[in-house]
Amino acid sequence: MSRRLRTALTPYALIFPGGIWLAIFFVVPMVVMLSLSLQSGSVEDGYAFTWNWHSYVDGLTNYHDQIIRSVIYGLSSTVIQIVIGFPVAYWIAFKGGRRKSVYLFLLLLPFLVSFVLRTISWQFLLSDNGMLLGPLKGIGLLPEDFRVLATPYAVIGGLAYNFLPFMVLPMYVALERIDPRVLEAAQDLYASRFQTFLRVVLPLSLPGVFAGVLMTFVPATSDYVNASVLGGTNTTMIGNVIQNQYLITQDYPTASALSFTLMALLLVGIFAYARALGTEDVLEVAAR
Amino acid sequence: MSLRGRAAGRRPLLGGRGLQIFTWLVIAWLLLPIAVMILFGFNDTQGRYNTAWQGFTLKWYGKLFEIGDLTEALVNSLLIALLTMVVAGVLGSLIGLALGRYRFRGSGTTNVVMFAAIACAEIVMGASLLSLFVTLAVPLGFWTIMISHVMFSISFVAVTVRARVMTLDRSLEEAARDLGAGTWTTFRLVTLPMIFPGVLAGSMLAFALSIDDFVITNFTAGGTVTFPLWIWGSTRVGIPPQVNIMGTLIFAGGVLIAVVNALMARRRG
Repeated sequence: MSRRLRTALTPYALIFPGGIWLAIFFVVPMVVMLSLSLQSGSVEDGYAFTWNWHSYVDGLTNYHDQIIRSVIYGLSSTVIQIVIGFPVAYWIAFKGGRRKSVYLFLLLLPFLVSFVLRTISWQFLLSDNGMLLGPLKGIGLLPEDFRVLATPYAVIGGLAYNFLPFMVLPMYVALERIDPRVLEAAQDLYASRFQTFLRVVLPLSLPGVFAGVLMTFVPATSDYVNASVLGGTNTTMIGNVIQNQYLITQDYPTASALSFTLMALLLVGIFAYARALGTEDVLEVAAR
Repeated sequence: MSLRGRAAGRRPLLGGRGLQIFTWLVIAWLLLPIAVMILFGFNDTQGRYNTAWQGFTLKWYGKLFEIGDLTEALVNSLLIALLTMVVAGVLGSLIGLALGRYRFRGSGTTNVVMFAAIACAEIVMGASLLSLFVTLAVPLGFWTIMISHVMFSISFVAVTVRARVMTLDRSLEEAARDLGAGTWTTFRLVTLPMIFPGVLAGSMLAFALSIDDFVITNFTAGGTVTFPLWIWGSTRVGIPPQVNIMGTLIFAGGVLIAVVNALMARRRG
């Protein structure tokens, strides 16, 4: 083989093994799931491809409550994360000084503990007569029947807690990248500190907020761990339904139709959001 | 107005004590459940429920491996994470190298697929993998878990390595070639050492993602149990203190690696 040809083929050789893995176990399964969602039959009798749109119709009619609830919970937790996360990212980026990496390290520490275990720890902390509510009830600050668990607040709070670092990090990266000379320029042009924040810092941080929303809205909306552990029967999300249908009822056509609906919903949401924000290209932002 | 702006001088930015206190409160909020987890590994609990503080004890550390299926689950998790680290580490690094170094047709598609794999909802990936395995009648277990962990880790490794490769100075490799090194020698003696920090970081990320994964594993595990699955299975009946201790040890291991890594980086300058 000539040297030139070899150089031309090298990137393909490098990509091949991992690319095949992704093709077989990421792309192909999506196609299989789409096909499964259009099949009819049962576990016992087997399935046949019949262009069975009913799975989608049934799924949407039976579970639209859970779908709407998931979107509301996902959005609420994302907004909470922006509100809580932005000041933190801002403070670390501009005022963290030499201890920036220490703060980031502390923010990332929760990832060293299993996601399920952290959520169960919250269940324990928030239990009706537990460490947090027990004493408050004891001194009469809260009524005896007050509870946090099994309410939407517990689920939304859990979602916000679990994905917060994914929100803070991209915002931090965007803020940290802002050239101090730009801020000085704003000051030289007689912008007040508030104006500098509003018209320089905030717009420049938007790509980070965008990436953060992308990384938190998707897992929050599709989550079922928080709803199972911290929620009750009235806080079931679409993830709970999908998990149940796949692993317990084994109604694969409905389950895969619901998964596809969820995926489509998330994709449409992301692209609409990208549009609204005027971000040139979702992929471009994500690639950074 | 302008004078006041000048007087503020070197501080063109909002932010003060209040923000600092807020940041520390958020960090405390993030760490609170972990503190509780560690604390209740030392709880002298009687009976099934480890929920009320009953005094300090170290006895559970001595009985760490007494629950057979829990130990087995932890071993499964560690084995799968190690395998994932190696396989996804190699495959992902190769992709990262190709994307960071070469311009070629198909690089755009590769980027899109990887981005999709990172952004895709875990439950959708788990559900689609289960659909594939069910359709092909593949028996679920250790290997299907490993396959799916490698799948979702590859992109993270590739992105990490790509970032490293893009910062490298290509002239060093050209110098090696000019000095008569062949392709393989150049790779082994010049390229690999330079990208190695990226490869290591990516592989460790793969390990961390794998050992903590619950959602995808829940779909592809069949009867095999990993550490997060075992915890999930026992939420209704109560979590024994051994789980707290294993969580604590994994946490401590992670902190140790991170601190050593930071100290070494500081020493290098």
